Amino acid sequence: MTAANIILTADGIELKKALRKNKAVQKRKAFLLVVPLLLFIAVGFFLPIMDMLRRSAENRLIVENLPLTIVALNSWDASSELLPSEKAFKAIAKDLVTAQKLRRATQLGQRLNYELSGVSSLFRTSGRKMESLLEKAEKTSYKETLIEFDQRWSNIELWRVIRRFSNSILADYYLSALDMKRDLKTNKVELLPKEERIYVRLFGRTILISLWITLMTLLLGFPIALLIAKLPARQGNLLLVMVLLPFWTSLLVRTTSWIVLLQQQGVVNDILVTLGLISEENRLRMIHNTVGTVIAMTHILLPFMVLPLYSVMKTISPSYMRAAISLGAHPISAFWKVYFPNTIPGIGAGAIMVFVLAIGYYITPELVGGRTGVFISNRIAYHISSSLNWGLAAALGVALLLLVITIYWLYDKFVGIDNIKLG
Amino acid sequence: MAFFPPYLSPLERTWYLAFRVICALVLFFLIFPIFVIVPLSFNALPYFTFTPEMLAFKASGYSTQWYREFFTDPNWQGAVKNSVLIALASTFVAVTLGTLAALGLSRKEMPARSLIMGLLISPMIVPLIISAVGMFFFYSRLGLQGTHIGVILSHAALGTPFVVITVTATLVGFDTTLLRAAASLGANPTLAFFRVTLPMILPGVVSGGLFAFITSFDEVVVVLFVGSFRQRTIPWKMFSGLRENISPTILAVATCLIVISIALLVSLELLRRRGEKLRGIKHS
Repeated sequence: MTAANIILTADGIELKKALRKNKAVQKRKAFLLVVPLLLFIAVGFFLPIMDMLRRSAENRLIVENLPLTIVALNSWDASSELLPSEKAFKAIAKDLVTAQKLRRATQLGQRLNYELSGVSSLFRTSGRKMESLLEKAEKTSYKETLIEFDQRWSNIELWRVIRRFSNSILADYYLSALDMKRDLKTNKVELLPKEERIYVRLFGRTILISLWITLMTLLLGFPIALLIAKLPARQGNLLLVMVLLPFWTSLLVRTTSWIVLLQQQGVVNDILVTLGLISEENRLRMIHNTVGTVIAMTHILLPFMVLPLYSVMKTISPSYMRAAISLGAHPISAFWKVYFPNTIPGIGAGAIMVFVLAIGYYITPELVGGRTGVFISNRIAYHISSSLNWGLAAALGVALLLLVITIYWLYDKFVGIDNIKLG
Repeated sequence: MAFFPPYLSPLERTWYLAFRVICALVLFFLIFPIFVIVPLSFNALPYFTFTPEMLAFKASGYSTQWYREFFTDPNWQGAVKNSVLIALASTFVAVTLGTLAALGLSRKEMPARSLIMGLLISPMIVPLIISAVGMFFFYSRLGLQGTHIGVILSHAALGTPFVVITVTATLVGFDTTLLRAAASLGANPTLAFFRVTLPMILPGVVSGGLFAFITSFDEVVVVLFVGSFRQRTIPWKMFSGLRENISPTILAVATCLIVISIALLVSLELLRRRGEKLRGIKHS
């Protein structure tokens, strides 16, 4: 290219360069506007999720508080039927004294108690007395002194548990979340006995109830969306407001309503008794079970089905149906073959929204679900606030998150996530 | 009134009628449960059911005592104060950051737009219980668990996607030549934003803000996990009330919340119409 061909700007810079530079500046400016929110979401949302991931696999409490014991147990063969040597007993005595001083012995015992019951009280009592036992143990033997103080120190399972949990990163919470455990002696992964398997079944039930709720919202939402889309704008808008009102009403208000309606002394039962459809003694049990959860959540999530359905139906031209009928199709087959396939993006969007919302629901199942209508999220909350097994709660949370991501992925693969229309 | 088009066959008429009846039943299912609470909140007795006196419309069956309790009990009033404070503060954070980000995302030069958009709206997509558990862990590490700041920041994170979505949607029809006109008349970008852009996108900002507000105002799971009794909000009180001691005060509170949600719904609808008028969108 000759020099004469190069176009220059008024400042004497090559035009191409000037344009490129300007574009880069514009890009940077646009990006800078997004940076504050991006940082906020990174810190306020993604870091917490990462923290959950970390908690689900970390084992710091044991590793940090039993350092000597872990080293001492390194040379011990966990599959043998022999107790560890004197060295290990001495190490755990020293570790417990330190832990007691840091006020961590009880916490440590609680943590180990998830793996082997009884450790909590053993650590609590031994922790308190350990310092006074040291002197005697130094003269005779740590092993004998400890076992004499509490028989449970001679339980080989206890030592296997400590040995097993001497790594700072573990997958054991995930094993628990999938109803499995590691055999402490052979280190093999095996399923829990049948009556102790709860989580896989709970995951299954959560998915099943969520599918029911999705189906119910579809069955109830489809005719409503159809009617609103067909009515003239004024009447349609009025009906739309009626759909939106529950959407804007507090979740707890709606849950309260269902408790009022469905309980045994509730409005629905009262009406049925007054009408003589059921007798006073045979009032229906519609709450604190799966039925209660399905009814209340269908009501709560129905707007999430109606809105995407409606927005898709509004775009379907009525002339399609007219054309099909004028070509001789029966109205039913015209509806089924022409109208219905056009609504599938709406059905897909509504179904995935309802399903994903349902699968992670906590409040409503907690209040109306009783024992049979609860979800995996209720179990997570239980482990956070009652059993304090945070690691397991985190692992269950990660499993739920993976489930949701899989659903989105499947949806994207078969329907296409871009088809989702919100409202 | 000519109810049916004259050309319909009897079968079609039956179907037409049946369809309307089904729709009426579904609408009844949607609306009735919400309003059943209202008369019950005036119950003179501490029950969740209609008493014979109420059904006979006797004055003795009704009372406003539960409203009095709601408005005088310091425990409930603390919850109201917390709810409003937390919702306002988190809405402020969400609207400020969200509007700024939407302005950037709407520029045609924005790099990696869909990726960033996906990241920004993820708090809306991830189930609440997961966000709540993560925030509980993270904020307890930072010592923010059981503080107002912790709850406000969590709610702001949950509310921003709504602001980003609504404001970006409003900016779709935005004519950027107006900004150039402002600049040519001597306005710096900040002035141009407040005098030109903001008034134009205000309906979007306000409705995004309303979404963020209601998200926080109605949210319980995160408050239960990240908050404590001192951060109790109205939904928090209702939740613990429904679990422990069932008192009709909850019904009175619920009635007040229904009134608020109707007011919100109406104002949003008005905003939407105003926005369409301002941007010159006409209904055919």
